Amino acid sequence: MTTEELKQFISLQVPETVFEEAQFLNAIVDGSKAHAVLKTLREHPETDFDYLFCESGVDWKEFFYVVYHMVSRRHKHTLVLKAKISDRVNPQIESAAYIWKTAEMHELEIFDLFGIKFINHPHLRRLFLDDTWGFPLRKDYVDETNIVSL
Amino acid sequence: MGDEIKNISNLSASGKAAAAGFPGEVHETPGGGIITSKLDDLIDWARSNSLWPLVFGTSCCAIEMMSTASAKYDWSRFGFEVARATPRQADVIVCAGTIVYKMAPVLKRLYDQMADPKYVIAMGACTISGGPFFYNTYSVVKGIDHIVPVDVYVPGCPPRPEALIHALLELQNKIRTETPISGKKKSA
Repeated sequence: MTTEELKQFISLQVPETVFEEAQFLNAIVDGSKAHAVLKTLREHPETDFDYLFCESGVDWKEFFYVVYHMVSRRHKHTLVLKAKISDRVNPQIESAAYIWKTAEMHELEIFDLFGIKFINHPHLRRLFLDDTWGFPLRKDYVDETNIVSL
Repeated sequence: MGDEIKNISNLSASGKAAAAGFPGEVHETPGGGIITSKLDDLIDWARSNSLWPLVFGTSCCAIEMMSTASAKYDWSRFGFEVARATPRQADVIVCAGTIVYKMAPVLKRLYDQMADPKYVIAMGACTISGGPFFYNTYSVVKGIDHIVPVDVYVPGCPPRPEALIHALLELQNKIRTETPISGKKKSA
């Protein structure tokens, strides 16, 4: 599918998507609608995104993004989907672990470092840190003893 | 002064021993020789020349330590031949690499399991003070002297193998001036 066709396909699912042209096509949707779009993108034969090559979290001070980078081996198109999470107190989003198996590990890391809860994740737990740490990759993380602010 | 010691085979037996670093005097007697020395000196000399290191490389400094251990720089000519993987049989722990908060109890446990007399070499900037991770990280221990007592610090990121060998020789010098038996302080 070309970029235009991908844009139309996603706009059919979620009309208020915002698109950006960067290295890949970026689509920004709201967090609550992301799961349905991802499931369709994986399963629909025209798009067939079967390889999620990265899932990461970004903290933009007022909201979070969970960014999904995916590529289709058969059609050879790439897409970046950004799911916006505006709730900073209790951020949560539906897990993509049952759509792509690799998302399990990526989501464990995002939960460990950002604190974004993934609903329906098979075994959500802190991966590297333990429960006494806060969430270090958030912009408002403060650590008096360790981080020396200049 | 220099003309007399042109050839080591011209030295007396005592002279040869001194040239090799052996503390003591050799008295030539018929049927063999007699060596006189102080027990402190002998024990220190023996201990300093056979320190067995514990393999403890966590990070990039471990690569330089491996290079020091292999053929080109070769620390085994100084006695560090047998690098043991178990702390029970090791004398010195060359802590090469970044220590994070999750690794700190492991380092302390390994240090406790070593038998006295034991020594610690802090290799690289991360073990001295947190190094390149001093400012903005939540996970690195800012210097292993928060965890174990350190004898020799080797600065560098990573220190060259020659710098590590210099540190090992400094440690040997330090051991030679200890006094295990008599308790009297030696002059350096």
